[in-house]
Amino acid sequence: MPLLLASLGVLLLGGLVALAWPGHGRGSGRVAAGSVFAAAVLGIIPAIRVLAGGNVMTLDLPWEMPLGSLSIGLDGLSAFFIIPILLLGAIAALYGAAGLRDGGPRRTVATSWLMYNVLIAGMLLVVVARNGMLLLLAWELMSVASFFLVMFEDGRPEVRRAGRTYLIATHIGTAGLLVMFLLLGRGCDTLDFNAFRIGEGGPRLSGIIFLLAIVGFGTKAGFVPLHGWLPEAHPAAPSHVSAVMSGVMIKTGIYGLLRVLTFLGPPPPWFGWVLVGIGAVSGVYGVLFALAQHDLKRLLAYHSVENIGIIALGIGVGLLGRSHHLPVVAVLGFGGALLHVFNHALFKGLLFLAAGAVAHAAHTREIDSLGGLLRHMPVTGASFLVGAVAICGLPPLNGFVSEAMVYLAAFCAATSATGSFAVSGVVVITALALIGGLAAACFTKAFGIVFLGEPRSAAAADAGEVAPAMRVAMVILAAGCGVVGLCAPLLPGAAAEAIRVASGASPAEMQTSVTWVAGSLRLVVLGAGALLVTFLGMALARRRLLARRRVVSAPTWDCGYAAPTTRMQYTASSYAHPLTSLLGLSGWTRREITTPVGLFPKEAHLRTTTPDPVQDGIYAPVFAAIGRFLLRFRPLQGGMIQLYVLYIALTLLILLAWKLG
Amino acid sequence: MNGWETALKGLVDTLIVFVVLANMRLLGASRLGSCIRVVALQGILLGLIPLVSQGGHLGLRVVLQAAVSTVLKGIVFPALLIRAVRESGSRRELAPIVGYTPSLLTGGGLLALALWLGGRLPLPPTATSSLLVPVALFTIMVGLFMIVARRKAITQVLGYLAMENGIFAFGLAFAEKEPFLVEMGILLDAFMAVFVMGIMVYQINREFDHIDADRLSALKD
Repeated sequence: MPLLLASLGVLLLGGLVALAWPGHGRGSGRVAAGSVFAAAVLGIIPAIRVLAGGNVMTLDLPWEMPLGSLSIGLDGLSAFFIIPILLLGAIAALYGAAGLRDGGPRRTVATSWLMYNVLIAGMLLVVVARNGMLLLLAWELMSVASFFLVMFEDGRPEVRRAGRTYLIATHIGTAGLLVMFLLLGRGCDTLDFNAFRIGEGGPRLSGIIFLLAIVGFGTKAGFVPLHGWLPEAHPAAPSHVSAVMSGVMIKTGIYGLLRVLTFLGPPPPWFGWVLVGIGAVSGVYGVLFALAQHDLKRLLAYHSVENIGIIALGIGVGLLGRSHHLPVVAVLGFGGALLHVFNHALFKGLLFLAAGAVAHAAHTREIDSLGGLLRHMPVTGASFLVGAVAICGLPPLNGFVSEAMVYLAAFCAATSATGSFAVSGVVVITALALIGGLAAACFTKAFGIVFLGEPRSAAAADAGEVAPAMRVAMVILAAGCGVVGLCAPLLPGAAAEAIRVASGASPAEMQTSVTWVAGSLRLVVLGAGALLVTFLGMALARRRLLARRRVVSAPTWDCGYAAPTTRMQYTASSYAHPLTSLLGLSGWTRREITTPVGLFPKEAHLRTTTPDPVQDGIYAPVFAAIGRFLLRFRPLQGGMIQLYVLYIALTLLILLAWKLG
Repeated sequence: MNGWETALKGLVDTLIVFVVLANMRLLGASRLGSCIRVVALQGILLGLIPLVSQGGHLGLRVVLQAAVSTVLKGIVFPALLIRAVRESGSRRELAPIVGYTPSLLTGGGLLALALWLGGRLPLPPTATSSLLVPVALFTIMVGLFMIVARRKAITQVLGYLAMENGIFAFGLAFAEKEPFLVEMGILLDAFMAVFVMGIMVYQINREFDHIDADRLSALKD
């Protein structure tokens, strides 16, 4: 516990020093990155100790806040979330320290680093808080810090718009959480977690609390239809911030949901169904809209929605397993969800960093202006490829491990159960398969158009590899994806402590399930290993065969066409069009088209955009209506100080009279 | 209760009545100079109350508190404000938002409201006069009213000071209960505020050639 507190202290202190550091922001970045590294080392040690079966650590201090107390604790679930937070936080800081140096005026850069440290500290506090008030405070700290980080380039109108959307979304979520904690604390005069007695409120109260948790934590996590802020905020933020926000910050929503589920006792089946439904919808929706995007970071943001969907599917199936007393399904479902949290942090962090490197080098995130970058940026390209394979859930990388566990849970449910529970297994399998296939299509598009072929613009042709520190950050994450994938059989055991807290299974049940799943994962890893060895062997053979021959590169056969240009290549939208139109998405895509006319057509153009239907169809009209309603109160702001004081005085007087009357 | 204590109690009540009268005078006065003097007088009167109300048991704390508050409110604040008035060159509140007669009528209403509220406040019984709490409330309300109903920045500062007087009077009602530090803190707060506002009034006047707070409305968004 002292190490954890030291970690928090180092983060805050480092942020302040970074703010005050003289120079042009480069020093601030180094100080902040150094402090995050130190904090990561300090914080990960106790987390690993707890996961390895050590004692749960707690600390209680009184606090003057009503209903609050400064109680923090470190059990398996908290420890499991601390590791990715600190790991990705440190690696992204390393990347940011190199990438952010020419981002803006010194004050902006230094402030941004302070906020970065506050964000990491806030996330840390969220997962260790054991009191409702403390958690809400940390939650706000985290949200506000990330808002300032998103607003880094606040000179650009679309960034301001994104920041506003994010701020509104996160506060809608916090409102849900506030009500939820007050309901949880009903009947006790503290919001300490171990004082919550939900069993007395009956199933209706726990149902309401569950739904509020879905709204409150789901807004942060990005459940459809609460995901509106993700595709706005992630592209607007600097890349290392997007990596942290998408990789770990949205996972604090998953943490909160899992934590609240532990208060609610044995769940009724509909909890599981709700999450399976949300997971299937979020997953398919996320990947479909990712397919239709032209902005690389926006595409990745939609993939975050997709992966949150996969996590929700895992939790849903786990809950169903729990309510139907099938501990194996519960352990596999929760285990898959938790491991996907960790794996997604690795590969999504990696993908955002690589996308940032592309944007940094080619000065655009527009997929259709890029191309052929693999030759100029081999490290970035290879890292992106690793991340892409991992996110598609292909062995032997880490994405496969967690998806396989969710699959196994669903197969268990479908085969060993009857009735609606078996149906849920089938739903999960179908959704996962659809998501996996579409994700593969989406990333062949993203990787193929951005890194292969010929450059589609001068900027893409001139792009060079990014700074060494940025490359190192990407390579570390890519290596992490591979190592975690190859160590797959060890993972369920390593996360056992966290899975036990989340799924409520007994140690004996844990033991059998973990051994079983480790066995099947071992087979997969062996298969993947064989595949790798084959590939390596083929590569070696090719090399030996070519060693004694002359290798020339020549243009591909161009059908006898005399003047090919780079604009004749496949574009992102043309690649995705067959799939999106097949799946009925083309109704949402807006087209501006000027068709070629006449025998010698001159100008023609096509432009497509796919706005978010939830954003445009639900939120925009609702917020416009609220805005119109509130405009009626505009005259209240007359600009006269006297009037404002009168409002305050009258309010106070009326309250006093009402209280005493 | 012996005669000496009865006499002291009568004296406290007299002082309190003077505080009420000062409030009324503040509501009815148009010259900035006399407004400043009325608020200063009110501050001195309130500073005297703890000296008499303790029944002759003068602790060092009470004397110190009374001395600091009297010096600040009776000498320092008026001097600062009179300087600000002289430099801004405006002697009178020419067109108040609420006229003087309606102000006085409102003052009567506020006094009734304060007496009603003061009677209903669930407070521990105190040795000091029972009039003190209602009058404290009344003084706070008058201060707020001055801020709302006058145009000049100076009069608003005065309203703020009257509010501070009210808070001080409220603290007197619980002289034993209220920590010394709290009262000193409020006093320091008021001192800083008047200091800053005095400078601000001067600057606003230099910048805009007037100190009418309602004409600064261009600052809204």
